[in-house]
Amino acid sequence: MSEETKKITITINDRELKADPGETVLQVAHRSGINIPHLCYLKDINEIAACRLCVAEVEVNGRRMRGLPATCVLKVEDGMVVRTNTKAVRKAVRFNLELILANHDMNCPTCVRNGTCELQKLARERGVEGVRFGGIKRAVTIDELSPSIVRDSSKCILCGRCVSTCEKIQGLGVLAFTNRGFNTEVGPAFDFSMRDVNCIYCGQCIEACPVAALRERRYIDDVWDAIDDPDKVVVVQTAPAVRASLGEEFGYPIGTPVTGKMTAALRHIGFDYVFDTNFAADLTISEEATELLHRITTGGVLPMITSCSPGWIRYCEMYHPDFLPNLSTCKSPQNMMGAIIKSYFADVMDIDPETIVVVSIMPCTSKKSEAIREEMEVDGLRDVDYSLTTRELGDMIKQAGIDFDTLEDEHPDSVLGDYTGAAVIFGTTGGVMEAALRTAADVLTGEDLPSFEYEAVRGMEGIKQASVTVPLGGVPTELKVVVCSSVKHAGEVLDAVRKGELSCHFIEVMACPGGCIHGGGQSYVSSTERMSTDPRLARADALYSEDERQVLRKSHQNPELIELIDKFLGAPNSDVAHKYLHTHYAPRPFYAQKEFGECDD
Amino acid sequence: MTRTSHCKTIADNDPRYEELRSFIHSHESKDGIAMTALQEAQNLFGYLPLEVHKFISKETGVPIAELYGVTTFYSQFNTEPQGQHQIQICMGTACYVKGAQKVLDKVVETLGVEVGMTTPDQLFTLNAARCLGCCGLAPVMMIDDDVYANLDNVSEIPAILDRYRKDTK
Repeated sequence: MSEETKKITITINDRELKADPGETVLQVAHRSGINIPHLCYLKDINEIAACRLCVAEVEVNGRRMRGLPATCVLKVEDGMVVRTNTKAVRKAVRFNLELILANHDMNCPTCVRNGTCELQKLARERGVEGVRFGGIKRAVTIDELSPSIVRDSSKCILCGRCVSTCEKIQGLGVLAFTNRGFNTEVGPAFDFSMRDVNCIYCGQCIEACPVAALRERRYIDDVWDAIDDPDKVVVVQTAPAVRASLGEEFGYPIGTPVTGKMTAALRHIGFDYVFDTNFAADLTISEEATELLHRITTGGVLPMITSCSPGWIRYCEMYHPDFLPNLSTCKSPQNMMGAIIKSYFADVMDIDPETIVVVSIMPCTSKKSEAIREEMEVDGLRDVDYSLTTRELGDMIKQAGIDFDTLEDEHPDSVLGDYTGAAVIFGTTGGVMEAALRTAADVLTGEDLPSFEYEAVRGMEGIKQASVTVPLGGVPTELKVVVCSSVKHAGEVLDAVRKGELSCHFIEVMACPGGCIHGGGQSYVSSTERMSTDPRLARADALYSEDERQVLRKSHQNPELIELIDKFLGAPNSDVAHKYLHTHYAPRPFYAQKEFGECDD
Repeated sequence: MTRTSHCKTIADNDPRYEELRSFIHSHESKDGIAMTALQEAQNLFGYLPLEVHKFISKETGVPIAELYGVTTFYSQFNTEPQGQHQIQICMGTACYVKGAQKVLDKVVETLGVEVGMTTPDQLFTLNAARCLGCCGLAPVMMIDDDVYANLDNVSEIPAILDRYRKDTK
């Protein structure tokens, strides 16, 4: 709607502004360039007026509203007069910040969110120069048992953004407000560790957290140790979505592609070989498209469902174990890459695979748990030794003293360095499906089809459906596909399949809304930025534009992949491929209990 | 503290689960079912351990953590087994000035448990109440639905408690 057609006029700080009915004062102020501080507000997800920082003096029909209402939940009314910069408001904001800080650990210089913390920023901006309230602080819980997520109640400000995100976006409800009053704590039930509950480690709670109460478990120093060890050959791989967000760690606009600089930075850090997980994305397509066609032609279990997203795998294992036979047996690109580095690459380069340390840079916190899954190894060698997030890579680059801005673009090393446009788009919802369709259509027709962009599977909708007609055994056959992102949507799709309301051949699931570009390991986007930007759109654009810049845009055309199949695998889905590139799944209990009568405590 | 496991105290085949299931499904709407289901479960089991939370979560679709949030918010819900008899000692203003602390101390001494705890024989759970609403009878103690008024002489208390011991036998 244009400015002129907005029906309501309100005044904020003496400026007349047009607004739509139903808008909140906070929204109108934000798009008019008036900053109202807020901590608990997260657009469309958490609007609960809890932090009391977005307060203002408000008059309606010439009558002053009682107290200072919270603008995040205050709907505009015609003739409303709002003042956000008065003595009373400034005092209240400062006072409320002080009260929040009184129960916060305030170890800012040594905190991972130093510089990205929304509370720290507001305290500075709003002139809080001390906290007058000493006294008792809430009892502290630090849960570091999970391989992916650390929960630290000493930093929690009880804003509830994580609680709402987990419930509304993922439909899981891992975290809730427990206990009462002064003892209120956000956490799972019965003091369980996040490791042992229904958490899929997607890290959307970390993205939602304004402070460091939820953060990734970090492995930076382990990686430095490996790099410093002269007997180790440290090989790094970077996932497709990382390049679309890493620039944000250095102040670039959201979604600035920094592929070449990232590769250069990794060499400067001291990694011995720099590869792109994109190579393994092409390999995944080669394996997965073959598996799909095999299932279709031999009456195998359908629909087949993608297995790249470890958060999705955990969710399926916990909530839908009846669909485990539908999961592609393909390992994720992260683990395929690791397995190939320690076998084929080691062999070609004549390196003892025992000395190789594989580090992956992922947009994901769940990848850390995938890396340590028991079955993710071949002949006793772990596929991936350490998995870091985009944010951790940003920190490593800073720790190494590298001036990211001035880096010249570089290319990955050879043997496993080529990748196609199809691999790049793996990082966004619909990307795996599109890549698979590009290859499947070519393989089935035996042609290099000129039309291979599948618009129907693109975009940020939670559930997308498409179909493509391909010749199967000479008969034109409609291949039906479904793409969904967030496990909440995945659950809806599976329920529909189970009830027979939805029938299809192939389903792509990514655990995070929008796919890996919005993974729990990506650069932080503050709640204020989220009011005017959907970071997913710019990051997806970064990937689609890199796809367009590639000469080769279909996975099966990757020259180094063709060589790998020729020299090592023999063929897709061969016995060798199964040994290194495929895996299995098992139902996963949560909130496990000892049986009745087996208890001794 | 972070737990990694928890013991079941109620058998999976306990018939009370069926009662709870029919109670939950007798409600047409699942909106707001959490509190009602927890109340019914506490009536049936006497307390709300993890396995009961898991059962309610499965039947209602409300996440376990959210149910636990409700359970731990209201002091009327218990996650640990309760004694057969609930002792409530009024600590309201009137009772307090009339010597409620002495009453409480005597009960603590007699039973050997602190406020909020249950005796090892599972007979009594001791609680301090904010106000029982009968200030004219201060100081007051309630055991289940029985009111004991004007407890100026705390030496009567062991005999009162003994009655419940006998009743149970």
